[in-house]
Amino acid sequence: MTPQHTTAAAVAVGDPVLQTVGVTKSFSGVRALEGVDFELRAGEIHTLVGENGAGKSTLIKVLTGVYTPDGGEVRYAGETVHFRRPADAQHAGISTIYQEVNLVPLLSVARNIFLGREPRRFGLIDVGAMNKRARELMAELGIDIDVTAELGRLGLGSQQMVALARAMSVDSRVVIMDEPTSSLESAEVETLFRVARGLRDRGVGLVFVSHRLDELWELCDRVTILRDGQWVHTGPMAQTTRLELVSKMLGRDVDEVRAGGATEFGASHRQSGEPALVVSGLDVANRLHGVDLTVHPGEVVGLAGLLGSGRSETVKAVYGALKARSGEVSVAGRKVRTGSVRGALASGVALLSEDRKAEGIVPDLSVRDNIALAVLPRMSRAGVVSEARIDALVDTFMKRLRIKASSPDQKVRELSGGNQQKVLIARWLATEPTVFLLDEPTRGIDVGAKAEVQALIDELAEQGLAVVLISSEMDELVEGADRIVVLHDGHVQAELDSTDLSSSELLAALAGDRAADPQAPIETEGQHA
Amino acid sequence: MSTTTADPATSNAPEAALANRARFASLVQRQGALAIFVVVVAVASVSFDTFASRGNLTGIAVQASFLAMLALGMTFVIMTGGIDLSVGSVFALGGVLAAWGSQHGTLVAFVLPLAVCGAIGLVQGLVIARGGLPPFIVTLAGLLFARGLLLLLSDEGATTYKVPRGSSFRELAQGELLGVPYPVILVVVFFAIGALVLHRTSYGASVLAIGGQEDAADLMGLPVQRTKVLTYVASALLAGFGGVMIASYTSSGVTILGVGTELEAIAAVVLGGTLLTGGAGTVLGTLVGVLLLQVIKNVINQVGSLDSDWQSVVSGTILLLVVTLQRFLTRVERR
Repeated sequence: MTPQHTTAAAVAVGDPVLQTVGVTKSFSGVRALEGVDFELRAGEIHTLVGENGAGKSTLIKVLTGVYTPDGGEVRYAGETVHFRRPADAQHAGISTIYQEVNLVPLLSVARNIFLGREPRRFGLIDVGAMNKRARELMAELGIDIDVTAELGRLGLGSQQMVALARAMSVDSRVVIMDEPTSSLESAEVETLFRVARGLRDRGVGLVFVSHRLDELWELCDRVTILRDGQWVHTGPMAQTTRLELVSKMLGRDVDEVRAGGATEFGASHRQSGEPALVVSGLDVANRLHGVDLTVHPGEVVGLAGLLGSGRSETVKAVYGALKARSGEVSVAGRKVRTGSVRGALASGVALLSEDRKAEGIVPDLSVRDNIALAVLPRMSRAGVVSEARIDALVDTFMKRLRIKASSPDQKVRELSGGNQQKVLIARWLATEPTVFLLDEPTRGIDVGAKAEVQALIDELAEQGLAVVLISSEMDELVEGADRIVVLHDGHVQAELDSTDLSSSELLAALAGDRAADPQAPIETEGQHA
Repeated sequence: MSTTTADPATSNAPEAALANRARFASLVQRQGALAIFVVVVAVASVSFDTFASRGNLTGIAVQASFLAMLALGMTFVIMTGGIDLSVGSVFALGGVLAAWGSQHGTLVAFVLPLAVCGAIGLVQGLVIARGGLPPFIVTLAGLLFARGLLLLLSDEGATTYKVPRGSSFRELAQGELLGVPYPVILVVVFFAIGALVLHRTSYGASVLAIGGQEDAADLMGLPVQRTKVLTYVASALLAGFGGVMIASYTSSGVTILGVGTELEAIAAVVLGGTLLTGGAGTVLGTLVGVLLLQVIKNVINQVGSLDSDWQSVVSGTILLLVVTLQRFLTRVERR
């Protein structure tokens, strides 16, 4: 049963082929897209840029029929369309290539290219013709792959090529590539780009998403920037500088932030004595390349960086949740065994993880039980838990962190996001950590709770805790941290003192310009703008 | 066949050696049951002069033909990554319905069981595909339902319907063509069609794709739900047809048949090299698996001193050995 290709009207090169007009999408009350306008023209490569949570993936899923928009419309070849399933978009001629290859690993390359549209003879699949056509397609793409080989045996790069070949073989009008390069070697990236340009020259419209910024200037014609679910900017890539791109992505002028005082963070903290946390040469395969980090007691060190720069990976590796290939971590002068969460916990490291739903909170347990979870072993004697001691501890923390719950027995799922976050912070504080790693502690909570969490972080540092703060919000880093360590591609790009930080310095460092690193020789060849 | 990829080739000699080893491992993995089968048959032929006799071999083939029908359907089900626990009961139900139906004419003996069994498969398939419920539970319910229906029809198994003397229905499993019993011919034809369907039709391609990576199959626009429904219908129809065959063979609707037969069918499929997680396997492998199980039974019967209960003990041990070997070889293959 061959899928029917709906033959939409032909689109001339340069005319819009795929558009969204005022598209809105919410998930359980949270706006993921707010009236987004996006326009892809035939014969262009258009990049979609935005930080985590900006709405990129949601927009792509709307374009490809995975999500149905709540409001606004999607236009394809000038007509309003309503894709209900991914197959609808595909049959219309919109192909998507995902970060993880979405093909069938146990089938051959040729089978994967033609699945659902196999050439036939007398009603049966003509394997010979299928392999021949697959070989021709590969030759056309300039890819040397045995089309009879099982797909799963090929490298990821080759698998991506097969996905592209499939997209080409269905005569797609639009090809959407969602971070296709994140797992490719540079030679493979070259091939991918060559093929992508070839498609563009044939009048196909391509959407390209990557968090490797350099690639955008190399490949793309136009850029659309999203932030917080809203459209921010669309323009030709060649006329957009790196600095401009990054500042529009992150959304705030640093000087403006400093003047405004947008957060509850107070003044800088005194740092005293021996460092509480020393990380040196931390190396995680493909993610981190020799990260150094030092935090003193009473100091808040901000970790900045764009998506994929290695911020979360750094704290996870310190916490032992990611296996480090090499490098040392020591807490209060004592070496910690890397790659062991138990080891890290025992030496006083706590991690408030980025995704509190998946990694932290137990929604159906009470506030009390959620707070007590991490300290249960300590609160029990011979396996029997001392209820009185737990009650006392929970009471202390609920007061100290001003957790708003009807009683300690209320289920955590019934609390607001901010209060859930405080419950998690209380859980970790109960373990009396020396070093507290906070990964996006204020994401997804309302303004009031945000301010309270920020004030709390300040307070904790003043009490002598060493804090590592990851945040995508510039204001939080500039105001909340005493020093900012900027990561780029898994290494430390710059270390900046937040008290005399200029906006251009931080943005340049975030964008990965070496010029911003005071220790590095000034050179501008890295600037593609 | 060159296996070069776009990756820059590293040193060639060890690469080739590894590829050879992988190919050998893959061969053994897919044909492991065949190797064991050949060995068992050879040993049995030498040890017992009665084994290789035409009568005994024909007997094995006919005995195996009923399980073969169930296993053929099960192969497709497992290939999609599912499981069908209902086939043993459906098989027995098909037999009882066929025997009862034969009293009202040969046509009824065919149509009635296939209609009822097909309906059971359709419901199971719809619930699994549309409702997204786990096949294990759905077909477990089907197992109980079909067995219950059978007991209701036969006064809790007390009534055994007989195929009337002289009914042409008996010919189906008792007749022969050029000395080859019809059941054996039917199995050969069905398996040949099965192989063609799996490897040469878009339905077969969908089956393999769903078992290999269901999300990908969906994103590629393959008819995932329809394929699953069809697969469970086919499985139930084949089980029902197996029942029709055995009713013709025994000239009656034996009510105690088919208990645990679904597990035997699964064992045969896995022995035949189909991945229990789906996505890869062959129809012919399943046939070898079925024959292997049947030969083991036969050999143990030949050893007069051994209790027939040893059949299951030996079959179980071989199954365990084969799957362990498969897992080990998969590891070698993937390095």
